[in-house]
Amino acid sequence: MIDAAIQPFVEFAFMRRALVGCLAISLTAPPIGVFLVLRRMSLMGDAMGHAILPGAAIGYLLAGLSVFAMSLGGFAAGLAVALAAGLVARSTVLREDASLAGFYLVSLALGVMLVSVRGSNVDLLHVLFGTVLALDDAALLLIAAIATVSLVVLAVIYRPLVLECFDPEFLRSVSPLSSPTHLLFLVLVVLNLVAGFQALGTLMAVGIMLLPAVSAKFWGEDVSSMIGVAVATAFAASFTGLLMSYYLNVPTGPAVILACGGFYFLSMLVGVKGGLLWRLVPRKHLEA
Amino acid sequence: MRNRFIALLGALLVLLGVASAGHAADKVKAVASFSILGDMVKQVGGDRVEVTTLVGPNGDAHVFNPTPADAKTLAGADIFFINGLGFEGWMERLENASGFKGALVVTSGGVMPITIREEEGHDHDAQAEAEAEDDDTQAGQVTDPHAWQNLFNGKIYVANIRDALIAADPDGKAVYEANATKYLAAIDAEDAAVKAAIAKLPPARRKIITSHDAFGYFANAYGLEIISPEGISTESEASAQDVAKIIRQIRAEHIPAVFIENVTDRRLLDQIARETGVKIGGVLYSDALSEPDGPVPTYLGMFRRNVGALTAALSS
Repeated sequence: MIDAAIQPFVEFAFMRRALVGCLAISLTAPPIGVFLVLRRMSLMGDAMGHAILPGAAIGYLLAGLSVFAMSLGGFAAGLAVALAAGLVARSTVLREDASLAGFYLVSLALGVMLVSVRGSNVDLLHVLFGTVLALDDAALLLIAAIATVSLVVLAVIYRPLVLECFDPEFLRSVSPLSSPTHLLFLVLVVLNLVAGFQALGTLMAVGIMLLPAVSAKFWGEDVSSMIGVAVATAFAASFTGLLMSYYLNVPTGPAVILACGGFYFLSMLVGVKGGLLWRLVPRKHLEA
Repeated sequence: MRNRFIALLGALLVLLGVASAGHAADKVKAVASFSILGDMVKQVGGDRVEVTTLVGPNGDAHVFNPTPADAKTLAGADIFFINGLGFEGWMERLENASGFKGALVVTSGGVMPITIREEEGHDHDAQAEAEAEDDDTQAGQVTDPHAWQNLFNGKIYVANIRDALIAADPDGKAVYEANATKYLAAIDAEDAAVKAAIAKLPPARRKIITSHDAFGYFANAYGLEIISPEGISTESEASAQDVAKIIRQIRAEHIPAVFIENVTDRRLLDQIARETGVKIGGVLYSDALSEPDGPVPTYLGMFRRNVGALTAALSS
């Protein structure tokens, strides 16, 4: 059994590279996801994942399947949408969610149109779904670099970020760090989506960010334990997803995300903090 | 007065008859089913034949759907050249729709066919498949229609085209025979060149993986082993198992080059190349020519191009 689990990675370099790429993303994206979930910005993460498509598409059209071009384009587009949505929310009658919805939908449609007009349907599929099995050195280096930067920045802004999750008014009243923290956090979100996008494509990059974080809510109450559980879940799901793709002949990206989804349902049932099955266990009434 | 009128009318009618007969003595109207046949008919027919091709440059005859315009073109034609061997599954439909009354010429008449195993996802018209299955004794075997990939068969094609043109237009017999002889000599020269090029390759390196199942005749005639890829060959997202299978296959059979164009994710092919050391070959042309200013404008040009790509990938 152990043999079967290890053997594909021993035999094939592409499996090892895919595993390394997925593990790097699993280290950096879930903590961001935990904060998204805590700040009730989960769907915003999803919207941002779609918003980076036209940037990646323009990068692809200008330079082909180049890691650098597509990442730069994706990053620029994602940041533009986030900032524009924030600006519109602050200066018009629209609130954050509506303004973001407007921008990201336009962005997504633009991206699809760009790739379809100049590329082919197949190219669009590759941009949307990524190729975790074909991570070349440039892609792996990019993912690793983003992971490092992400973790360092997260460590630096950890305390204001946690405060912002639970009591933003208080933070605003005692410190000028509220806005920069929020901005830095958005930058991290887009960066990690760009990293995930190389491996898993725009559709799935959000999955590795949010699903482990959502599962973690059932296992811990404080932020650090949630981050720990999320990262562990993502590691396990990456490994499982790759093995599923290998033994069951299914596409890899969706397999990894479905593995994350499996852990999510498991957590919902048996998670220590609020798992559904625990409600069936009769609790002791307070006794004198 | 009345007699003069009748005489004038009669003269007019005779004039018209002569004029129309004169038009009919102009070019032979030939329709070829696809671009390779179109090129061959042009080479043999020269100026005496006006050739229209139904499946144009870069087209896929397997999935071709004839339009009413095509039916109209065919209705006005004198000869219709088709490949046969089940290649044009749409041909009967088109013939019925157009009410074609000219000569139908199957250019592969007299060719020794080979059979291939039916690949899932290969674009065979259901009707052609049914017809082919009636003829074949083994289940799942169909006739390989790509007979032109062997230049020896190409010469049979040219002979059939020449004879059909002579039958339709006896006045041009000398022209057709002269053109055909010249073309046959060119084909012989190309055949020798292909054999020489393949002979230069080390025997262990005379094998490739390609997802085209169109090179059976080429493989048989020129001593190249064509292996179809296990695993990836489609445009949909590859799974880890697919990639593993093809890497194992390349390693086990020591394959020097792969020619898989319909996997358009170049990154995946690059990863496979990195891991196995295999060369990613160029494009191999099989079922259609390109535009006149493209890479493969003629039948013989196609051979030169393919052999060039093969030797480039396999020689080092």
